[in-house]
Amino acid sequence: MLKINNIVKQYAAHCALDHVSLTVDKGTIFGLLGPNGAGKTSLIRIINQITAPDSGEILFDGEPLQSKHIPKIGYLPEERGLYKKMKIGDQLLYLAQLKGLSKDDAKQRIKHWFEKMEMQSWWNKKVEDLSKGMQQKVQFVATVLHQPDLLILDEPFSGFDPVNADLIKQEILELNSNGTTIIFSTHRMESVEELCHHIALINRSKKILDGSVKGIKNNYRENTFRISYQGLREIASNDLFAIEDRQISEATTTLRIKIATENTINQVLTYLIPLVEILHVEELIPSIHDIFIKEVTAIDANQK
Amino acid sequence: MNKILLIIHREYLTRVKKKSFLITTFLVPLLFIGMYAIIFYVALNNQEPVTTVRVIDQSGFIADQLTNTDHLLFIPATEPVEHLKKTMEQGEEHTVLLIIPADIVHSQTVELYDTEKKGINTLNTIEDKLNNILKSRALKEAGIDMHVLNSIKADVTIKSKQLTVEGEKDSSVGAAIGISFGLSILIYLSLFLYGNQVMRGVIEEKSNRIIEVVISSVKPFQLMMGKIIGIGLVGVTQFVLWIILSVGLMGAASSLLLNQTKESISTIQQHSTDSQEEDTSSGHTSESQSKMQRIIESIKTIDYGQIVSCFLIYFIGGYLLYSALFAMVGSAVDSETETQQFMLPIIMPLLFTYMLSFSVLVNNPHGSLAFWLSMIPFTSPIGMLVRIPFGVPAWQLMLSIALLIIGFLLTTYIAARVYRVGILMYGKKASYRELIKWFKYKG
Repeated sequence: MLKINNIVKQYAAHCALDHVSLTVDKGTIFGLLGPNGAGKTSLIRIINQITAPDSGEILFDGEPLQSKHIPKIGYLPEERGLYKKMKIGDQLLYLAQLKGLSKDDAKQRIKHWFEKMEMQSWWNKKVEDLSKGMQQKVQFVATVLHQPDLLILDEPFSGFDPVNADLIKQEILELNSNGTTIIFSTHRMESVEELCHHIALINRSKKILDGSVKGIKNNYRENTFRISYQGLREIASNDLFAIEDRQISEATTTLRIKIATENTINQVLTYLIPLVEILHVEELIPSIHDIFIKEVTAIDANQK
Repeated sequence: MNKILLIIHREYLTRVKKKSFLITTFLVPLLFIGMYAIIFYVALNNQEPVTTVRVIDQSGFIADQLTNTDHLLFIPATEPVEHLKKTMEQGEEHTVLLIIPADIVHSQTVELYDTEKKGINTLNTIEDKLNNILKSRALKEAGIDMHVLNSIKADVTIKSKQLTVEGEKDSSVGAAIGISFGLSILIYLSLFLYGNQVMRGVIEEKSNRIIEVVISSVKPFQLMMGKIIGIGLVGVTQFVLWIILSVGLMGAASSLLLNQTKESISTIQQHSTDSQEEDTSSGHTSESQSKMQRIIESIKTIDYGQIVSCFLIYFIGGYLLYSALFAMVGSAVDSETETQQFMLPIIMPLLFTYMLSFSVLVNNPHGSLAFWLSMIPFTSPIGMLVRIPFGVPAWQLMLSIALLIIGFLLTTYIAARVYRVGILMYGKKASYRELIKWFKYKG
């Protein structure tokens, strides 16, 4: 769908993107992660053709990205805005027409979305009369009206209450299941693990991590497990595993163990079963959040 | 291209549909017409009623030298003073009593009795007349002949004629100056107001953050030009409506006023028949009539077609030039309060020419300062318009318009380069150095 090759974007003093390459497959939800100021917005603006890269190329469906692709892309910027004094209906009509939709088509689709989002009565309302959450809804509709193949959402859930956030999430998933590719830029990690198939982590204008959510998590598995057992019997570290943490509550002991390389959890269990009665075994897989923090702080530390 | 049209459409409609647009469109011409009517009305009706001056001349040589004017009718009185005073007190209107003492030559004082305070004009006229009479008498006594004296008295009126291709043409500097002032004020205000609207529109989009949504669909240049053209069309619409309304209202107003003029003239004539000196009085009336005709004719000598078309050309040219700069300023700031530092240098040339237009330009419309100001694109919208009522050679007009076109292409190019970067910059305090840096960004 979208192939980004060696993009470089230089602003006067600093480099916003330093040889970044990414591939977004068709039909996936792609998470673009990174701390503030990492270069996410610059990259998104380049994909939207708001600015041009200094070097590198972007392929959209195999073709170099150009203005004819604009109608195929929908963009929800992080900083949202609408014309305050314009009626919602006119506004959506205008924005859809700017994306190349005919007036009649646009009208029909606006009606369709209004019904879907339960905002039928809003056509003649002005933006300034709506609450912030309602404005966000309008903005979301404006983004998807022209049925883009590629949807770029920058922090889509900010400003939504939990009910509406869930509504938007369902809409995103539905669009995705209908074949829309979604690039999802955020630093809210919970939503990443929930939604994204694939992520890339950008920090200090460089891509530092790229892969499927599962794959990345696998790479960061440290063979760490949590095991709970009945009783207070003490178990010491040995050749099989090292105990990193021990917690005792009432008659239950919970251990966090790191299994030595070459060994497996089964071996550990075979060792333990004769000794204690096991209640619970769980692999501790790092969350994307942990990975994010780990990577970003590691790099920051190196830079200092 | 289609997208520019969409943007123009939106910018135009949202503004034209506003109530404030309708109000200004219909109110301003009414205001102008109202002012015009009031001035005309006051000028016509302020003909003070004819005041009868009863003169008791104790010196014996002044009364017969007092000549009547439009507003003053001198009648020598023979009745005793007390009797006259009494009749005045009994309510004889528009009558004053002038008592000239026997030793007027030495005392230089006269007494004037009236029942109501007379305007300064009446007093001045009487004073002037007496002064003149005394002066001539003194000169005569000094041995200067009255005829020589009369021939020395000069009274010059300039009938200015302008040589043009069409031949000799009556021209009136007065009317030209009036129109120059009007054009100067109108173009200055409209450039400023519409330029400001462009700037506010840009700031609105930027502070609303809708800008990013819009420019993910259209090029920044398209958005900027769409906005500029859309608002410009609002301006042109407003002017065209103003012209139509003014012409219509003016027509109605003048026909109304002309009727009134005729009436008032006939009342004057009525009045003068009652008075004793018919011939002089009606002579004055015809004189004032011809004066009015002269004013009307001099207003007619002005080529309105040329003025209106030049105004529109210079409005559009100047507007495109300045609004691009205004858009640039709008893109560089986050809110309207930050615009000050950039506004001053931008409006300086305009303000400078505007101020000069009331003095240097009007006094010397063909001088070198006027010439240069009417050539430089930043000042020519005012500079040239002020000169146009005085007649400008065609080559100068062409050159000035060509320079103006080059000027706005240049400012638009510069503004567009700064604009495309500026609209995406938030929270950065823009300085001139920053603007230059933005201009140099590629892509």
